[in-house]
Amino acid sequence: MNKPNETIKAPLSEQEILAKKELKEQRKRDISEFIINYSLYILLVGFIIFVTIMRPRFISINSIVNIITQTAFRLPIALGVGGIIVLTGTDLSAGRIIGLTAIITASLLQRGDYPNIMYEGLADNPMPILLVLLIVVIVGGIFGAFNGFFVAKFKLHPFIVTLSTQLIVYAISLQYIQLGKNNGQPVGGLRQDFSDKIIGSVSIFGINIQYLVFYAIILVALMWFIWNKTVIGKNMYAVGCNPEAANVSGISVFKTIMTVFIMAGMLYGVNGFFTSAYVGSNNAATGVNFELDAIAACVIGGVSFSGGVGKIKGVVIGVFLLQLITASFIFLGVDANLQYAIKGLVILLATSIDMRKYLVRK
Amino acid sequence: MMLLIQKFDRNIDFWINEYDRIGGLTMEYILKMEGISKSFPGVKALDKVNLFVRPGSVHSLMGENGAGKSTLMKCLFGIYFEDEGEIFLEGKKVKFSSSRQALTSGVAMVQQELNQAVKRNVMDNVWLGRYPKIGPMVDHKKMYHDTLEIFKTLEITVDPKETMSNLSVSQRQMVEIAKAVSYDAKVIAFDEPTSSLTDKEIEHLFSIIDKLKKKGCGIIYISHKMDEILRISDDVTIMRDGKWISTTPAKDLTINSIIKQMVGRSLDNRFPDKTNKPEGKILEVKNFSALYKNHIEDVSFDLKKGEILGLAGLVGAGRTEVLEMIFGITSKKSGDLILNGKKIDNKNSRQAIKNGFALLTEERRATGIFGVLNILENTTVSNLKSYQNKVYLKHDPMKEDTKWVIDSMRVKTPGQHTKIGSLSGGNQQKVIIGRWLLTKPEVLLLDEPTRGIDVGAKYEIYQLMINLASTGKSIIMASSEMPELLGICDRILVMSNGRVAGIVDAKTTTQEELMSLSAKYM
Repeated sequence: MNKPNETIKAPLSEQEILAKKELKEQRKRDISEFIINYSLYILLVGFIIFVTIMRPRFISINSIVNIITQTAFRLPIALGVGGIIVLTGTDLSAGRIIGLTAIITASLLQRGDYPNIMYEGLADNPMPILLVLLIVVIVGGIFGAFNGFFVAKFKLHPFIVTLSTQLIVYAISLQYIQLGKNNGQPVGGLRQDFSDKIIGSVSIFGINIQYLVFYAIILVALMWFIWNKTVIGKNMYAVGCNPEAANVSGISVFKTIMTVFIMAGMLYGVNGFFTSAYVGSNNAATGVNFELDAIAACVIGGVSFSGGVGKIKGVVIGVFLLQLITASFIFLGVDANLQYAIKGLVILLATSIDMRKYLVRK
Repeated sequence: MMLLIQKFDRNIDFWINEYDRIGGLTMEYILKMEGISKSFPGVKALDKVNLFVRPGSVHSLMGENGAGKSTLMKCLFGIYFEDEGEIFLEGKKVKFSSSRQALTSGVAMVQQELNQAVKRNVMDNVWLGRYPKIGPMVDHKKMYHDTLEIFKTLEITVDPKETMSNLSVSQRQMVEIAKAVSYDAKVIAFDEPTSSLTDKEIEHLFSIIDKLKKKGCGIIYISHKMDEILRISDDVTIMRDGKWISTTPAKDLTINSIIKQMVGRSLDNRFPDKTNKPEGKILEVKNFSALYKNHIEDVSFDLKKGEILGLAGLVGAGRTEVLEMIFGITSKKSGDLILNGKKIDNKNSRQAIKNGFALLTEERRATGIFGVLNILENTTVSNLKSYQNKVYLKHDPMKEDTKWVIDSMRVKTPGQHTKIGSLSGGNQQKVIIGRWLLTKPEVLLLDEPTRGIDVGAKYEIYQLMINLASTGKSIIMASSEMPELLGICDRILVMSNGRVAGIVDAKTTTQEELMSLSAKYM
């Protein structure tokens, strides 16, 4: 019986309700969008709070500095691999190249009085440290070029190319440590002046920070500049996103791939240089599996395997996050065997969250 | 008691309504899509759309690109879930959660771009996912005979053991239809099935559609070709901007009335006035032959300054290859390129750009856009060197140039940092044309510049081309749409099977002449 009244009222209120509903839904969408976009950071903060509650010393200055140092040590390789992932590639040879360059660095910078010195000539004429850095950067660059050539010229998948290179580099490392009187022993006895320049520290406001950290900051700044402010960086994104379109647009795909791989190789060389001082006693197993951590870090940081997507910021955060988790294991006293499983799950979780952003919503 | 009767009454009403709604006993409609709505963030893609398909009829679905035809089909096939509305198949309410479920329920689709396992053979493709088995093993014999049987009823002459990649587009389409029939499909949707077929193949397709009609299938037919629609349809549903506009028997429609409903206004001028004046000779192509695609032989023509030269021909006639040879990205065996009387050689795209060429490719997604990169990055990519200041890229001129592209091409975008992948096809195309204009080209090679673009945006692109030609740029445009070639070109070069079949004046030629030239060397 009330019908007439209802019909008069209905259109107005219905519209209002609809508008309100729309607004509410919009807000809901915005919030969920925000959560999806920043979920990694939200989880990260939550995780830090959790560990801190369990072990308050986790956020002591010493602990933080330690995590940052570890991050710096793993950064160059991740910066190199990151570029290759932007090109939809991957690099399995990175760790081995670090191993080789670390051994070379160590062998060229041994103390004169070290009994197993590899090059006896160097005992009297020590090599300038910068020259050694240059040499290992070139060696790294050569292997990068080797990888890049097969990828760019023969269109082989980087997975296959670097899988092969990795074996070749390992063989070279094994041969190299047979040189001189070394006879397959780990290459040790580094010069103090070299070690000081890498793992020596400077005190800022009473906090000891290793030089390594500053070098890493310089490298990050340099790579940020290259990725964002140069033609080669722009070309890298374009080739990673759509190589066919890049070719039509007048980009030399060959040159771009070569450059990115050579840059990566050079960064491995730098990382090898750091590693030799950091590890102290280097053998052919040095650096093994570093590339897997680096790949994981990049992917966690949002560098996508689908190509053309990724930021330096992401790489840095990825490496930091991985080191943070490793450090928290120690604080929480997680069983060593379990650590691998947790790390694996973290990588899966982080990448799944990241992928959520790109999934087509039905 | 009164209450009971009232309740009963309401129930009866309800059932009568329901009965009417699903088509009644006569099953007037084999498929009813009723009041379908679908929203994506920011857009209402479908707004209460209806599509009623009668059994044994061809029901055409028409609308501009972006009108919502494919969204509607995706809702039918369970690729998208509709927000509102209901779908009835043979009177029963259905809601498919995947295209596979749709297929097994008797709703099939022959896609424009066929998704087939091309390295497998024909019968594998037909029975994919439901191979006949003897115990754990696949029964190849049964598969072969069943396939042959279906082919026989449809008069398809393809060997079921042939590898898919050896078949022509038309034959592959036939296989797809056979697959639909093997599922005993009651509703079959065709999405632009004739876009890459020859006249003869089209006739064959129509005869098969006729057979399906006689079997009582409901056919949904999506196409942009008006004459085709009017010829084979029984009913035509027209959509515009995601809304249902009309459903009319085809015999009551004319091309003009369809266009009027599709664009919401009558389009008297589909093409802008021509203001360009071709003069002199800028480019000469002499005896081009391709290295790897050796059916492309001895292509020669010249191009005047300020001219729009059309390239016509069937799919596979070699139009794209000719443009790509000029641009240096398809290898040529022999042939000379003479620009302004000087012999040049474009060995790769970089040299071509330096020599003042630009190439807009046919496959926008595959070779045009950088989908995950933003508009600024997409516009400046071919011109990066000019922003270089010894070591770094200057951001301001890049921003200015992008602004120029967005303003002068009238790109509809929220900003310069929007991902190009989120723009519509027409806007993406404008960005890419803008990209090339920044390189200051003299000769623009445009391969299907209006493909997948709606009527309004097409007009803007035609206008742009004529404006460019008026300022002395020369344009070669390959296109499959003959009205477009006739509308804006000065001369039209017709290719047939890799060779030049003739060059005709666009003012005096007809579609029939172009068609017969296209078939000259077949």
